[in-house]
Amino acid sequence: MVLITRKIEFSASHLYHNPKLSAEENRRIFGKCNNPHGHGHNYTLEVTVAGEPDPVTGMVLDLKELKDILEREVMQRMDHRFLNYEVKELAGQIPTCENIARVIWQLLEPKIAQGKLHRVRLYESPELFADCYRNGTRKTG
Amino acid sequence: MSVEPKVELGRRYQFAASHRLHTEKLSEEENAHVFGKCNNPYGHGHNYVLEISVSGAVDPETGMIANLADLDAFVDREVLEVMDHRSLNEDVEAFRDVVPTTENLCREIFRRLKKFPKAKLERVRIQETTNNSFEYSGDDAEGKR
Repeated sequence: MVLITRKIEFSASHLYHNPKLSAEENRRIFGKCNNPHGHGHNYTLEVTVAGEPDPVTGMVLDLKELKDILEREVMQRMDHRFLNYEVKELAGQIPTCENIARVIWQLLEPKIAQGKLHRVRLYESPELFADCYRNGTRKTG
Repeated sequence: MSVEPKVELGRRYQFAASHRLHTEKLSEEENAHVFGKCNNPYGHGHNYVLEISVSGAVDPETGMIANLADLDAFVDREVLEVMDHRSLNEDVEAFRDVVPTTENLCREIFRRLKKFPKAKLERVRIQETTNNSFEYSGDDAEGKR
């Protein structure tokens, strides 16, 4: 099995606020991420697909196709958007790195026709990221 | 809707420390042969990059596996305060009789951080330099939770 990874970057804004909690609790739990008008990040997304290279093309999957899927599913949905208000898949969720990565996994997983989605890694900054793996097949990748 | 993935939170820290690779179990010549310039008597230092991954359920109230403030405070207390701007050989008890290679450093940091009460430690990865990195995910002897 071979792993192939494609990286993209997008910029988006968000804020952390749970309407079920008081203003004080929101502030205590989320700190400055709770500032009411939000703030932004340059997100880096690494998408890793696992599979056997096709004997004729030598490819696990056509990278152009993966690029198109990422453009359609991630860039058009999230790039230069306010994640809380403009991404319906995140409605009602706190747009943490964990939740955004999970939504991206759920968007991409059914769309990968050749090979299998192995890992989604989303960096919010170089110091903070979330990984998603297929449940039950955690591997260092 | 596809199956729920397993989610991990990754966090990166930096600390600077010195070490010397030397063991009393070998002769001076053998130490010099095995460890090369890492055996120079007064030690040397690195800017270590520590990357850790923890897993757990994403709390629907907060969207988080673990609150970063809790994780940062724990890592600060267990690792950074103990090792940053220190000599690993002289200042860290675990390396009194154990060579402070980055392999062993991974194991020591894993041992310290696996006690984090709010999520499960999956992995410790340390970059000793931009060219060398080491990973440890525990093993049965480490008693993974």
